[in-house]
Amino acid sequence: MVHVATVVPISETVGANKIVPAVAIPYPLGNPDMPPDEEQRLRRRLVEKSIEALTTAVEEQTVFDS
Amino acid sequence: MNRAQSTSADQRSLKKLRVVHYLNQFFGQVGGEEKAGMGPEVREGVVGPGMAFAKQLGEAAEIVATVICGDNYFGEQVDEAGAEVLKLIQKYKPDLVIAGPAFNAGRYGVACGAVAQRVTEALDLPVITGMYPENPGVEIYRRFAYVIETGNSAAAMRTAVPAMAALVKKFAAGAAIGGPEEEGYIPRGIRKNFFHQERGARRAVGILTKKLKGEEFVTEYPMPNFDRVDIAEPLSKVEDATIALVTSGGIVPRGNPDRIESSSASKYGRYSLKGVEDLTAETHETAHGGYDPVYANDDPDRVLPVDVLRELEKEGAIGRLHPYYYSTVGNGTSVANAKKYASEIAAELVNEGVQAVILTST
Repeated sequence: MVHVATVVPISETVGANKIVPAVAIPYPLGNPDMPPDEEQRLRRRLVEKSIEALTTAVEEQTVFDS
Repeated sequence: MNRAQSTSADQRSLKKLRVVHYLNQFFGQVGGEEKAGMGPEVREGVVGPGMAFAKQLGEAAEIVATVICGDNYFGEQVDEAGAEVLKLIQKYKPDLVIAGPAFNAGRYGVACGAVAQRVTEALDLPVITGMYPENPGVEIYRRFAYVIETGNSAAAMRTAVPAMAALVKKFAAGAAIGGPEEEGYIPRGIRKNFFHQERGARRAVGILTKKLKGEEFVTEYPMPNFDRVDIAEPLSKVEDATIALVTSGGIVPRGNPDRIESSSASKYGRYSLKGVEDLTAETHETAHGGYDPVYANDDPDRVLPVDVLRELEKEGAIGRLHPYYYSTVGNGTSVANAKKYASEIAAELVNEGVQAVILTST
């Protein structure tokens, strides 16, 4: 499992082992200030990072930053 | 006033404790979720609940300034926001900081706790806050503040303020601060040695004897509950894998057919993604009452990224997107309920051959 969340300390404190920092609280995988195609690319990058996290072996809680 | 004749106790009571109060955008009376992105600002004197504090504190302490910051601004950049708030607090040279109370509001609790850590580490001042024990801010920051235990919503303000003020007054009086039970704060995890009248071996045997007799006993040291999760094997052969989406962001079919509550959800939903390529304002919405819903309602993929998962599926980058997603509202959800939903959801996912989960939160 990978947790896509904005407030990383909360994710860590509940024990998530794979964390992908999200964009913002009301739009974790988006950005309404971007033009639609740019936002789409951003969402794609975050999901790809999540997939990368799923396939990566970790020994401890790990934040997968860009 | 003839200073030469006053006792040290009088001198202490002459000096009013200088206090800075930290509040979020809502209690700071700026606005609701739409203002949660505001950066830190200062107001002279009291704002909102600060008035109730001032009434309780009387001559003992004075709230000289109030720092207000948006919960999203803080939550989205805890380090930077903490530094900015510290700078504003420092200017007023306080003797003590009051933060919140935050009750069960997660972002607010984290902000209050982070402010407490900054103030404690940089200025070595006491910080008094108030939170419901399940607030994530408690577990992360309890050793940096005196977290008075409160109820789980702002309805508890009328008991939280006097309890917090009582502790502030003790600091103002230079009185010795007692342990958690005495003062009403959540145990900080700080060990303080003292000599007990009865030696440890006797006390231990005393507890054991009670236990053996089936009598009630009180442990001297509750075993800490480390919220750790076993690390799962990494996903191999992602191109064959079934990946499921789960969210605490409250994304539901338009109309919220199961009436998942906007706060303290008593249920979760399982919804079909069969034939769904993309979530839109017409098909889905958020039920979550703890963040500004406009962006998620406009495009629910911003919280539950179905569109990208479908793309990856088409490209063969993943095996498939599981045809059901699970959703609840992670706003004031009790830990007990969250655990219950998670174990039911996980059991179903495992049963249906799902190999990995992407969990999104707001």
